[in-house]
Amino acid sequence: MTERTTERGRIQVTGFDPERVTERDPLSGWTEETGTETKSRWKRVFGRFVRNRTAMIGLVVVLFMSLLAILARPVEFFGFAVQPLSLAPYPPGDMLYADPTVDVSRNEAPSWAHPFGTDGSGRDIFSRVLYGGRYSISIGFVVVALAASFGMVYGSVSGYYGGWVDEIMMRVVDVVLAFPMLVLALVIVAMFGGGYWQLVAAFAVVGWASYARLIRGEVLTIKENEYVLAAKALGARDRSVILKHVTPNAVAPVIVLATLNIGTVVIGVAALGFLGLGMPPGSAEWGSMLEGGRDAIIPGPGGEIRWWITVFPGAAIFLFVMSMNMIGDGVNDALDAQETGAEMRGGQ
Amino acid sequence: MGLQRFILKRLLLIPPILFGVSIVTFALVHLTPGDPVSQMVAMNPNVDAAQEAELRARYGLDDPLVVQYVDWMAGVLQGDFGEVYGSSQDAAGVLVARLPETIALGLFGWVFALVIAIPTGIYAAVKKDQLGDTVSRFLALSGISIPNFWLGLMLILLFPLTLGGWPVLPPRESLASPAMLWYLVLPGITVGTASAAAIMRVMRTSMAEELNKEYVTAARAKGLPERTIILKHVLRNSLISVVTLAATLTAGIVAGSVVVEVVFSWPGLGREFVDAIHGREINLIMAITLFIGLFIVIMNLVADVLYAMLDPRIRYD
Amino acid sequence: MSVLEVRDLTVKFYTGEGVVTAVDGLNYSIDRGEKFGVVGESGAGKSVTALSLMRLIERPGYIESGQILFKGQDLLELSDAEMRRIRGNEIAMVFQDAQTALNPVYTVGEQISEALRHHLDYGEAEAKERTIELLDTVGIPAAESRYSDYPHEFSGGMQQRAIIAMALSCDPDLLICDEPTTALDVTIEAKILEEIEALADEFDTAIQLITHDLGVIAEVCDRVMVMYAGSPVETASAEELFYDPKHPYTVGLMSAIPRIGDRRESLQTIPGTMPDLVELPPGCSFHPRCPFAEEACTRRDPPLMDPETGADVSDDPGVERAAACLAHSGDLEQDLDYDVTVREPDGHTETTVTDGDGRV
Repeated sequence: MTERTTERGRIQVTGFDPERVTERDPLSGWTEETGTETKSRWKRVFGRFVRNRTAMIGLVVVLFMSLLAILARPVEFFGFAVQPLSLAPYPPGDMLYADPTVDVSRNEAPSWAHPFGTDGSGRDIFSRVLYGGRYSISIGFVVVALAASFGMVYGSVSGYYGGWVDEIMMRVVDVVLAFPMLVLALVIVAMFGGGYWQLVAAFAVVGWASYARLIRGEVLTIKENEYVLAAKALGARDRSVILKHVTPNAVAPVIVLATLNIGTVVIGVAALGFLGLGMPPGSAEWGSMLEGGRDAIIPGPGGEIRWWITVFPGAAIFLFVMSMNMIGDGVNDALDAQETGAEMRGGQ
Repeated sequence: MGLQRFILKRLLLIPPILFGVSIVTFALVHLTPGDPVSQMVAMNPNVDAAQEAELRARYGLDDPLVVQYVDWMAGVLQGDFGEVYGSSQDAAGVLVARLPETIALGLFGWVFALVIAIPTGIYAAVKKDQLGDTVSRFLALSGISIPNFWLGLMLILLFPLTLGGWPVLPPRESLASPAMLWYLVLPGITVGTASAAAIMRVMRTSMAEELNKEYVTAARAKGLPERTIILKHVLRNSLISVVTLAATLTAGIVAGSVVVEVVFSWPGLGREFVDAIHGREINLIMAITLFIGLFIVIMNLVADVLYAMLDPRIRYD
Repeated sequence: MSVLEVRDLTVKFYTGEGVVTAVDGLNYSIDRGEKFGVVGESGAGKSVTALSLMRLIERPGYIESGQILFKGQDLLELSDAEMRRIRGNEIAMVFQDAQTALNPVYTVGEQISEALRHHLDYGEAEAKERTIELLDTVGIPAAESRYSDYPHEFSGGMQQRAIIAMALSCDPDLLICDEPTTALDVTIEAKILEEIEALADEFDTAIQLITHDLGVIAEVCDRVMVMYAGSPVETASAEELFYDPKHPYTVGLMSAIPRIGDRRESLQTIPGTMPDLVELPPGCSFHPRCPFAEEACTRRDPPLMDPETGADVSDDPGVERAAACLAHSGDLEQDLDYDVTVREPDGHTETTVTDGDGRV
């Protein structure tokens, strides 16, 4: 055995000339490149997302529900009808039993004229559910946009400066994250009152912290990366390095977090509405509708259960959030970014 | 660093965070227009201006905010969270009185979540991409998407009212009586569903990931039975990711119990909290908020310790 | 007598991109106590072969056909429970990357003794004692205190030794080593190889050593099979393979080894890369990378042949010398004009030993 070991270095092969291969014409039509893709990363991500059936169903449902909310009643700006259509048969606030032209009473079970029935005040639940999307859906998107932008700036600054600045800024994040999202939002709304922009403010004030932590982590990782050190060694400035390298790396987890976050915010808004702390009572907001219909789960005077009053608004929230989460999962799978914690979703 | 020093270091981090938590709560509550006295006055037109001023002075509402905060904090450190205006009860007393109900609900929720999620997560990972996996994934997705208050309403609609006989609204009875367990079932399921779904998803993902690792092939090459491989080798590694979620999920259960207690009229801290908010009971709001903050910070610590115990690779720094 | 005989083994993977034939009609045999090497670039089907022997191919891979005769018994016909009794007990495996092959959350000792408890019905204390003995045998210092260390507390070399101890724990008849030293430093590599060799002799264990490194083969093996794109292209004794390679791919691998005192300008690597197994080139699958390829090579896929007579020996698992190149059946117009030289220790005199046609 040892003999061979010592001989190993002495055997030499000559005559195997790679140039003969590289310089001759291919002998057959076969080439190495068959089937290899050279698409860009984002194109591949997009392709994977589009091929994900679940995510596409979610996307269609979200777009459909948003469209219904917009088209439910006319949209007016300063008296101008920007959107003149009105898919909802009745204004969401109208108590129809008082309207002599409509033949309907309170608490009416679903029928052709009122597919989702009417509530305790004789309002058409179908119209209210369609219209109610305006509150929940738009608050969801606005909150996430605000929280994500602020959180990203905050997190980049914290990670970029490091040291005691980072230390202090992150302790603030810890404090915010020490509360369940809903509890803090509850206190804020309780103190500043309900209403559209109060809700937006409450959830944005609570929601930015997780984006800040995420981005800070990315910035710190990037700062440690060898190619960044190399870029710095070549004289690039920190700021440009971070902007150039953090952005593409951090965008993926932020998108995943944001998509899933929209669902959380929608549930949170509805929960506040359900606790009577969101939109003014009687609003066609999904959560407030459930609050107004709570007594309907107890048998009414005739012993009948008015299930339609609670089933439809809640189902609307469920459907929207589920679709949003399906999109989020799809984005996550497409980006293959499991480490961003897409599985969890606290603060309900 | 040993485990003990690690715990000690984490414990030292708690006071500053709680200090921040208390400032945030205090500021939120006190920076808003309209204090409890003006509300009392609004509800009772017989109170004249002199009486109003006297009330303000009594509750220290005329002092500068910093003084009010220091007064409040000094009390808190001695266990005095101030009184509840509406009932002249002590806020700490209310908190302690309602706490057991909420703990019972939260524990039930946690146990329900774990009992459902861990086996389902294992099952889904082992049967990855087969029918059973698809079904459980769909259920888990529904579980994280369903609003808990609506789930509660639907359970009430389905079980007690149509199927009959299932108790819903709890009587004022001691928690220790076995009858109360029945009343705990539906709210417990409601509060645990989201966590069950979240744990199941994490369990499935991390388990599927672990199953692809080489140590699993190595364990199979050793001739170990599949059951040993999954329940001994893979499970412990996957549980690590569940533990990292524990604090977040506990926060979710705490927040969930606020809403669920309202749905089921469960006489716990969460319902008290909502009542306090409606009644602007500042001292009670602050006491409960501070308590929740403390609880979640401690849960984070517990999760870190559990994590360190499960994963020998972790270094305590 | 052969301890292992593989007959016509075919393994396919059904992937989204198509069907991958990872191993195609493989035949070979290993004698009791023999050290058998399998060499080739990554993707040649070496590891799939190894996992097939253990029946550890997972979805979407399937063993399509063939026989794996272990001590005369076809492993592919055993029940799962019977197969588990063989795994780790009679056939054991040493993995490429010890760090990933060890479970991070259990102690090294536990992971070794668990096999002992399972296969040999050892008690807790007995298994521990034997494990410490094994750790000592594979050269881990202070084995007793190391027993309760976690894998991350071991160095890379020690992890690999632990894996070897684990594999040897039940005294297997066949040890499959899949790139056992690839993840290690060169200095440790030599030691580990010596260790494997010595232990195999001591335990009278046959070894199937999988590697991409001809140097490792030279150090350890008695007989060698060279694989390319899922099929064997040459089998020979180690000696013959180095002094008298009969397949251009073997020659290519040999000329890609760097040497001290090499006077060539640059290292001659094999041009191109291993083809995607979904779509193999027509004819001889090596022809696009072979400097000696001719038109004929694109038309006919050469079977393993006796290089002297050109007779088809592809169905004989016990064949001593074979190469799958059309040069040996006289179908090529040109000779395989490469030379193997052995340099004398002084580094000056050179002796041409042979060329591709075996002429001295």
